[in-house]
Amino acid sequence: MSDTVKNQILNFVRGRYPQADIDESQDIFSLGFVNSLFAMELVMFIEKTFSVTIPNDELRIDNFRTANSMTELVARLTNAVGV
Amino acid sequence: MTAIGVVGAGVMGVGVAQSLAATGHDVVLIDVDEKILGEARTTIWRNSRMSRLMGGPALDPDEVLSRIETAVGCQAAAGCPFVIENVPEDWNIKRAVYTELDAACGPETIFVVNTSAIPITKVGSITSRPDKVIGVHFMNPVPMKPTVELIHGFHTSPETLRATRDLLKAMGKNYVDVKDASGFISNRISHVFMNEAAYLVYEGVADAASVDEVFRSCFGHPMGPLQTLDLIGVDTVLKSIEVLYEHYADPKYRPCPLLKQLNDAGLLGRKTGRGFYTYE
Repeated sequence: MSDTVKNQILNFVRGRYPQADIDESQDIFSLGFVNSLFAMELVMFIEKTFSVTIPNDELRIDNFRTANSMTELVARLTNAVGV
Repeated sequence: MTAIGVVGAGVMGVGVAQSLAATGHDVVLIDVDEKILGEARTTIWRNSRMSRLMGGPALDPDEVLSRIETAVGCQAAAGCPFVIENVPEDWNIKRAVYTELDAACGPETIFVVNTSAIPITKVGSITSRPDKVIGVHFMNPVPMKPTVELIHGFHTSPETLRATRDLLKAMGKNYVDVKDASGFISNRISHVFMNEAAYLVYEGVADAASVDEVFRSCFGHPMGPLQTLDLIGVDTVLKSIEVLYEHYADPKYRPCPLLKQLNDAGLLGRKTGRGFYTYE
């Protein structure tokens, strides 16, 4: 499952920033042109795509830095509800 | 605590209401219908939830919303020591709202004009209290931007200035003092380059991503002018450019036809999901 999750996240990020070479461990906020507004879009994308609600204490920028960290976040949230 | 009135629940009004509530102020948020106010509550809840992620303080969205009462009509601002007005940048709308506010509020109420380009002295002239009319140009997104322009109208009194500075400090905002002139400092400059950026796309010189890339990568701006335009809203930027054009009667503020077309097509930027860019 996590491969699919990771790919969907990567596709979303690459779709928005096609000029950048983004892999699963790339810190997207260190690229220089991704700002915090995109973090908000990532939250909405993840919640909608994976049908999860990210609790307030998980709304930290570190959870959204890389496709890997977002995949781990989705895994934590889906495991927590037993999906 | 006596509530602060916030008139207009669009992008700016919602940001001002959130900033006030997040710093412990009670707020009455006013607009023309319940639907807009319902959407405003949803936006404030969502933006408060995202606050820490966006580099702001961690907020409890329920607590922020609990300090905000919503109401239809300017009568709800009666008794407020301050009314911060954020209605669209259209003189006919401003005039109607200030006529209502002037009748509804007691003589002690200070009117804070959150405008992009309309002169504060002109707003003061249609009220019975030009000494209690002052401009505060909040930046978007309001909760994330630490500094505002504080605009002194021709008749703005020292007491009004002092009280408004105190309110801004209590909101955690710094300010830059500016004399009254259409567009102040920020929009006098920023709207020219946003408009010119739109012309580059309109003329086919470069696409939006390329224009913005130059600003980000070459000038070191965090966002390009067309990203900023989409964030503020095509309709809002267009109105402000039109105000500058009308006020200075100078062709350097001639609005780009592409902005008019996007506006007519309803492609207003982030708030409608599409402008110069498409959003999820």
